[in-house]
Amino acid sequence: MPKIQLNLITGRTIQQGVAIEGGKEKPRYREACGIIELDPSDFEKLGAWRNTNVRVTSAHGSVVVKAIDATQGPHPGLGWIPMGPWANSVVNPNTYSTGMPTFKGTPVEVEPASNEPVLLGIELVQRYCRGDKK
Amino acid sequence: MSEYLIKNGFVFDPTQKINGDVKDVAIQDGKIVDKVAKPKVIDAKGMTVMAGALDIHAHVAGPKVNIGRIFRPEDKLFNETPRKGMMRSEGGFSIPTTYRTGYAYARMGYTTVMEAAMPPLFARHVHEEIRDTPIIDEGAYPVFGNNWFVLEYLKNREIENTAAYIAWLLRVTRGFAVKLVNPGGTEAWGWGLNCLQVTDPVPYFDITPEEIIKGLIEANEYLGLPHSIHLHGNNLGNPGNYTTTLDTLKLAEGYKAKNNFGRDVVMHHTHIQFHSYGGTKWADFESKAKEVADYVNRQKNISIDVGFVTLDETTTMTADGPFEHHLTELNHLKWANADVELETAAGVVPYIYSPDIFVSGVQWAVGLEIALFSKDMMRCHLTTDHPNAGPFTRYPRVLKWLMSQKARDEQIKAFKASDKVVSQSQIAEIDRELTLFEVAQMTRAGPAKVLGLSHMYGGLKPGLDADVAVYDFNPEKEHKPDEIEKAFSHVKFLWKTGTPIITDGEIISHGNKRTLWVNPKVNENPQVMRDIHDKFLKFYTVTEKNYEVTGKHFIPNPFVIEVDATR
Amino acid sequence: MTKTITDVICPFCGTLCDDIEVVVSDDGKKIVEVMNACAIGYEKFHHSQATDRATRPRMQQADGSYKEVSYDEAVEYTAQMFAKSKKTLMYGWSSTNCEAQSVGHEIAEICGSVVDNTATVCHGTTLIAVQDVGIPSCTLGEIKNRADRILFWGCNPAHAHPRHMSRYSIFPRGFFTGKGQHSRKVVVVDPRPTDTSKMADYYFQVEQGRDYELLQAFRAALKHEWLPDVVAGIPKERIYEGADMLKAGRFGIIFFGMGVTQTLSKNHNIDAAIMLTKDLNEYTKFNIMPMRGHYNVTGSGEVLGWQFGFPYAVDISRGFARYNPGDTTSNDLLMRGDVDSVFVIASDPGAHFPWTSVKKISELPSVAVDPHFTPTTEICKLHVPVAFVGIEVGGNAYRMDNVPIDTRKVVDPPEGMLTDEQFLEKVLHRVKELKGVH
Repeated sequence: MPKIQLNLITGRTIQQGVAIEGGKEKPRYREACGIIELDPSDFEKLGAWRNTNVRVTSAHGSVVVKAIDATQGPHPGLGWIPMGPWANSVVNPNTYSTGMPTFKGTPVEVEPASNEPVLLGIELVQRYCRGDKK
Repeated sequence: MSEYLIKNGFVFDPTQKINGDVKDVAIQDGKIVDKVAKPKVIDAKGMTVMAGALDIHAHVAGPKVNIGRIFRPEDKLFNETPRKGMMRSEGGFSIPTTYRTGYAYARMGYTTVMEAAMPPLFARHVHEEIRDTPIIDEGAYPVFGNNWFVLEYLKNREIENTAAYIAWLLRVTRGFAVKLVNPGGTEAWGWGLNCLQVTDPVPYFDITPEEIIKGLIEANEYLGLPHSIHLHGNNLGNPGNYTTTLDTLKLAEGYKAKNNFGRDVVMHHTHIQFHSYGGTKWADFESKAKEVADYVNRQKNISIDVGFVTLDETTTMTADGPFEHHLTELNHLKWANADVELETAAGVVPYIYSPDIFVSGVQWAVGLEIALFSKDMMRCHLTTDHPNAGPFTRYPRVLKWLMSQKARDEQIKAFKASDKVVSQSQIAEIDRELTLFEVAQMTRAGPAKVLGLSHMYGGLKPGLDADVAVYDFNPEKEHKPDEIEKAFSHVKFLWKTGTPIITDGEIISHGNKRTLWVNPKVNENPQVMRDIHDKFLKFYTVTEKNYEVTGKHFIPNPFVIEVDATR
Repeated sequence: MTKTITDVICPFCGTLCDDIEVVVSDDGKKIVEVMNACAIGYEKFHHSQATDRATRPRMQQADGSYKEVSYDEAVEYTAQMFAKSKKTLMYGWSSTNCEAQSVGHEIAEICGSVVDNTATVCHGTTLIAVQDVGIPSCTLGEIKNRADRILFWGCNPAHAHPRHMSRYSIFPRGFFTGKGQHSRKVVVVDPRPTDTSKMADYYFQVEQGRDYELLQAFRAALKHEWLPDVVAGIPKERIYEGADMLKAGRFGIIFFGMGVTQTLSKNHNIDAAIMLTKDLNEYTKFNIMPMRGHYNVTGSGEVLGWQFGFPYAVDISRGFARYNPGDTTSNDLLMRGDVDSVFVIASDPGAHFPWTSVKKISELPSVAVDPHFTPTTEICKLHVPVAFVGIEVGGNAYRMDNVPIDTRKVVDPPEGMLTDEQFLEKVLHRVKELKGVH
């Protein structure tokens, strides 16, 4: 299966803000944050359909999210996952003695995973705390 | 309720002209009284007894103070003390945490401290810090000298409107007095500019510092507030600035104090040490303390506080924003700046008054000369403009220098460029040594009178608040200079409003501190209210209803001084 | 008849809008409508009324489910946890009022805990840079009234601070800026062309993670020094043009966010940005301001500052405050296993910390104080729901420019619910008993 290398960044979106205030236990949170925004050129390289699930893997972890078109692009080579437990499954936790994990700029590998589900936020966190494979 | 009798001490109380007589002091229900029936007796034999001291100008509570704390973690290095019993943990040398501030002042026998500058938009922050400062009564001075309302009203010479606005602002910020900092110049700093002379016009508003100062004197006397205007004049810190200072002080000529609080002065110029410099550049920097002190001696309607330099590494912080930018360009240390919409600005920069630099030595000399050339110590008060010229914890060291020529000589010899310090100042020629009576004037009776609070503080007359300090210092014995500093660093006993705070040198209570504020009542003024509505709607970024400080969580124990200024 | 409450302060982000209007029912119990808030604030007010809210504490059971317990039991569990721990991490604080923060600090001082707030994953690196080089800044009204050069570096207010541009930074007509957005030139620097950059007069699509080079290049360009042909993906001609344009303004401001605080160069990025601001002051008036995230993270920093002397990552395990980011910060403490219990309040590390830290929290005795159900509450041993500050209880908060605004109560909390402050007071009281202190 084709895999692409991307540089992953994270951050806020209005939808993420509304979703967290509406309750992180709700499916709307997964819709807002269990996603990765890809540039059209990266979709082409990946060979996945829009709005299907992909697996994102870094040196620090792995997570399944839904791949959608970049909403604030173009940004070839960059992947965007809104801040939240999906992003935090893969970002670099190393603070390099600053206290701040390296949330932005994580090298990741993305591959199609259309048969794997995107977990709800709380379920995702509970699973990795229990040590389950994600 | 609680009765105490402090027996056999050497009492120094200028308000009753008591100069070291052995007298008893009686406390009952929070006040000084003539006699008590069944008191707890404290034997103060061989000790010095004075009223609690007042600090008329210190930066101890508010946004720029906290910027100082937050951006200088190094200020806490090696000086932290842990929580112990009921006492909270403490930290910080030049910008102590609020708990240390309260404890450290109390340890020196201080019972009332005035926060020198409150940006009105940040009044809540000032009050939160005041609330978290134990033991001492505090008030805060909102700043007016660069305020858009004031600039516009005074441009049109509208004194009554200015007075109405002042009354409104004092109420909504729970403020104590009218403070001016670098009048006009800090508004100019909104564009990166300044007003160095009293005739330099403010960009756009087209009013001069002179007009601002005179207008605010008139508005202050119109209201009859307890304190006079409290002024940090233009051109602070620059060689040759003494001429600007004399121009500034002269603006008080012809005005008479109008109030029911026993205040005689119409202008209090603060930290005047920073404003008494001669020379044209750093190389020929010299003291002009004599010229300034002579003027203050002649002009009875002004008072000053000195701003003594203590020769420490400290942190400068002031609403004189352009000066702080100038300072960081000089010493290249980190600079924080905070411009405040419609009102003022602030700057914070660390500074090292090194005894190896002759300029610091001359600054040290200027402060001492101002005091030693002053004739009326009721109008010359002890401050270090904490923390600008040095931390307030150095007040006992300042006392040592004031009371001992030997101590001064030792310091002069210790300067690296001792000869130049001597040649550029007059400190080596002065042999005057202040007496304890004069010290009590500078630190108790004087500030209380100028603040309009002599009906509460500053003396031991029956009826006044029972704020009493007892020092283990026998005025009839000879003392080495360092013994002076040591004795006044640690009070043996302290009462605040009749509650024992320090017993045998240990803090035993947080007391019940009060936040002092002044509430002037004026005639209704629809125009000023309309102007206020208008500016909040158009230019402020908070609403008018969200501006006023209300709630016990800010001021748990307020003490309001009402002033009737209606006509 | 409904009642309209005006001048309400929105408790979401550091923009701290105070012009919200909330229409409540006649009996004062229901929020009927919310006006002037952005989509996120609107959601916060309305969701506080949700009928499926947790109204009582919940204790985790052996099988991972949660069972309701009383507030008294919750107080006891929490106080016992504090009393028995050597070093509790007390994390969060950013979505509650200053009064609650202050009570928590006293618990920390008695028990020797570490107090850290959300700056640790947000503007903590800014604070480190400020401690190195200072910060020339101002209040938001100065921007509204004077600023004609607005630079958004590594932030996206269109999404993160939705009303910022209309209340303060681009659109308002202020005293000296009567032409509104036409009085201003807007610059955006971001690796993505965002909804904010759509409003820019100048947009620099910086190579991700290379902001440090570009900031230093701007500093060189101010002085017309030599530059390589391309820096961080930007041609030097555009850098010189940008620098000259900034110098030609009369009052400029740099707003910055996670794009520079969270990327690899972290505090060094902010150092460079602050030094660029300081350099610009040689030519014209310039200030810089961090876009603070939570509505009271600034307040937590202020209260910690005046009580302990440091703005976050305050370790009181020796009875006095120590501060050393990288050593006393939450993620480092968790990952190294340096704390033996966790108390989370007014924040959601379960969602916003890297998973390795969150796993550690779930393995320790832990309490989460939060009105919502969150990833944090669902992995801690105890969830204590409380009233919403700014909606069901008032209390002081500090805006991103450090201006303190006292939030308001508009409706009552559900019957019998405590506020953060009340819960913490009870815990403090019990901790004092257990520790034998007064």
